[in-house]
Amino acid sequence: MADTFDLIVIGSGPGGYVAAIRASQLGQKVAIVERENLGGICLNWGCIPTKALLKSGEKYESLSHLKDYGLSADKVGFDFDAIIQRSRNVAKQLNSGVGFLMKKNKIEVIEGTAKLEKGKTAPKVVIDLKAGGSRTVEAKAVMLAVGARAKAIPQIGLEADGDRIWAYREAMAPKFMPKSIVVIGSGAIGIEFGSFYRALGADVTVVEAVDRIMPVEDIEVSKAAQKAFEKRGMKFRTGCKVTKVSKDKSGVKVAIEAGGKAETLEAEVCISAVGITANTDGIGLEALGVNMDRGHITIDGHCQTNVKGLYAIGDCAGAPWLAHKASHEGIHAAEHIAGFKTPNVHSPIAGCTYAQPQVASVGITEQQAKEEKREVKIGRFHFKVNGKAIASGDTEGFVKTIFDAKTGALIGAHMIGAEVTEMIQGYVTAITLEATEEDIHGIVYPHPTMSEAMHEAALDAYGRVIHI
Amino acid sequence: MTDILMPALSPTMEEGVLAKWHVKVGDTVSAGDVIAEIETDKATMEVEAVDEGEVLEILVEAGTEGVKVNTPIARLAGDDAAPAPKKAEPAKDEAKAEPKPEPKPEAGADKAATPKATPAPAKDGERIFASPLARRLAKDAGLDLKSLKGTGPHGRIVKADVESAGKGGTAKSASASATATVGEPRKVQSLAQMGIPDGSYDLIPLDGMRKAIARRLTDSFRDVPHFPLTIDCEIDGLLAARAQVNALLEPQGIKVSVNDFIMKAVAMALKAVPEANASYSPEGIAMHHHADVAMAVAIDGGLITPIIRKAETKSLAEIATESKDLAKRARDRKLKPEEFQGGTFSVSNLGMFGIKSFASILNEPQGAIMSVGAGEKRPVVRGDSLAVATVMTVTLTCDHRVVDGAIGARFLQAFKPMIENPVTMLA
Repeated sequence: MADTFDLIVIGSGPGGYVAAIRASQLGQKVAIVERENLGGICLNWGCIPTKALLKSGEKYESLSHLKDYGLSADKVGFDFDAIIQRSRNVAKQLNSGVGFLMKKNKIEVIEGTAKLEKGKTAPKVVIDLKAGGSRTVEAKAVMLAVGARAKAIPQIGLEADGDRIWAYREAMAPKFMPKSIVVIGSGAIGIEFGSFYRALGADVTVVEAVDRIMPVEDIEVSKAAQKAFEKRGMKFRTGCKVTKVSKDKSGVKVAIEAGGKAETLEAEVCISAVGITANTDGIGLEALGVNMDRGHITIDGHCQTNVKGLYAIGDCAGAPWLAHKASHEGIHAAEHIAGFKTPNVHSPIAGCTYAQPQVASVGITEQQAKEEKREVKIGRFHFKVNGKAIASGDTEGFVKTIFDAKTGALIGAHMIGAEVTEMIQGYVTAITLEATEEDIHGIVYPHPTMSEAMHEAALDAYGRVIHI
Repeated sequence: MTDILMPALSPTMEEGVLAKWHVKVGDTVSAGDVIAEIETDKATMEVEAVDEGEVLEILVEAGTEGVKVNTPIARLAGDDAAPAPKKAEPAKDEAKAEPKPEPKPEAGADKAATPKATPAPAKDGERIFASPLARRLAKDAGLDLKSLKGTGPHGRIVKADVESAGKGGTAKSASASATATVGEPRKVQSLAQMGIPDGSYDLIPLDGMRKAIARRLTDSFRDVPHFPLTIDCEIDGLLAARAQVNALLEPQGIKVSVNDFIMKAVAMALKAVPEANASYSPEGIAMHHHADVAMAVAIDGGLITPIIRKAETKSLAEIATESKDLAKRARDRKLKPEEFQGGTFSVSNLGMFGIKSFASILNEPQGAIMSVGAGEKRPVVRGDSLAVATVMTVTLTCDHRVVDGAIGARFLQAFKPMIENPVTMLA
């Protein structure tokens, strides 16, 4: 078997496998190294299986509103194990799908754990094979797509133990349905798990260190989201520092501190969702002298590290830690390696949270605009006055747009409501194509759709809203 | 207290030179007093006080270039008993009429009434691919999209391209503000780099007019596909007619020049061949309703082209009176903007300097310009023998986008008999 390639990709998550396919399309001879499952966290333990769980939660929750739609049902219930099993099956299906794609694109999959050593055109890759033994491969370029994992804070006992203290993996394939949960962290992951377990009836308390939930979102969205989740019975402790997580046979104790006052929350389990740690250890980066910034690999506008022939993409190369950002960087890097002279990667990356209701956003928030002292025009439109939303009974939430007052460029969009994660790409398209308010105002949005609220929110920013 | 603002002397004026102050701090002015002179590309205009009061402060020094319209230039102490209006309107009538109609993009809540930013075709009709935001940023920065290189998909011009061009100092578009970066439409080496040492010459700063000449003519010569057509005209008949006409008009104190005859003949020829009275625009060819014939007048520090409006409707006497007045006021730099902006055809006459023939540079957006040489006695062939006649060579420079060779030739064919035998103008 040949041991030289054009490109070796390390990690087969949504960044790595997509980059490998793109490189292969461009005629490169590509190998991909994976230590666990093809598809990485995203489709085995992240994005995809959680969406399966959340869909079960959402469907179940909708059963409690049957009467609103003139429907009735008896003996409504759920089978927790079946829900989890469905989620695992979905992951499995997609995992084998990636395997098929690798074969189709003639990408050699090497199962094992990679380590880098000094090489000529690029670092050498020494793989500790899963099947035993080791193999050294070389290429013109090496791309690190090694991803990240849940952050642990051992000092306060916040470390997944597979028993009472869970991270996303345990929360995704639990051995039992917990009656009460303390979720630590109110980012997308914490909110999604909280939302899922709450939909199935668990008592859920979310603890957040910042004074509002979903701190990366616009304040208005944070507030509306908290209200919507509280309506569904979720509890929040914002502005609270977790000082200690301890467990006993029956459950966990989470010691928190707010404004100098200490308190202890008790629950059956605790889900840790306090962020991520890049998987940059044990690859030999230090020996190669790869530049790092707070645990993440430093890259330039073409995803190149400071080491010749070494690229890094996705979670291991910095925020935002999102699959689509990794894929985008992967494609860009693959093209750059193939000699494309493309400008730097700088496309807007949207963030989506698939709770009930959903939250989606792209660009900057109103607070960021203020900090940057940018003059802005802001528009809002609530779904409660959107025809389709009223007809569907999905009147929760709103759309908010932020335009640069000087240039008319759309610089931020924030949405909360049903299926907003499917709609945000409309604004992403607008920003990517550098649309101004005039262009968005001129777009014909189909009626009746919830997306009409996107049009109205853009009109509202310029005092032209129709349906208010 | 009242601020006196920099007036807009024309609807398109964005900035100008504050040439001279007629008042100083402590002076008391009353409405109508001339307080300052403003110089634009082509004219110097007087600024009159609208309010009365004492000049408290001069905010912009005389000689300051690039003073933006509507910036305060001086402060008057108003009458406290009857407070002056907050916003002074210091300009003359024509300036006051159009303070600056262009609304800022963010000014109006409703932009429906403003023209859509449709993909603007390039000057040559080719579409330029640029993002909407790039278009707007380029427009705001006065950058010509044509001068930018796109780095987006398929060479699309994106925001980053406009921003980097803005930093790099690419040539501004011709429609940009009159005095910005003009005179240097391209990067040129310094004189020293070209072997002319510093100190071996005196440097006259570029004034508004010089910059405008440099910019407009460079743009025109570079961008407009132009060609010359030359024809000889025998003007003995014209000279005779002129003597007769002048004898007739003498009691009225009017003297008709050869150039006035030329202006009249041009107007009549334009009426006969309207295709030559046209302007190219990306939207289509503008066929002008009237022959607004501009005449190039050399003045101190440059030249200016005052216009005889609707010249085809005017008598020789009217043209003579008007051109004399315009030329005088041009030399005094007292023309109003509308008197030298917007002609449909130009005439440039260097006959008095003995120049035989020359080809002028088009004055955009006019479709043609006529260059008139000296009338001089030359041998001409009549039948098979030589004769002597007074001959004047005229050259028509045509914008080939609107005035093709045949159109230009037909125009000269119409012009020649009228100038050779002026009585035909009566037909």
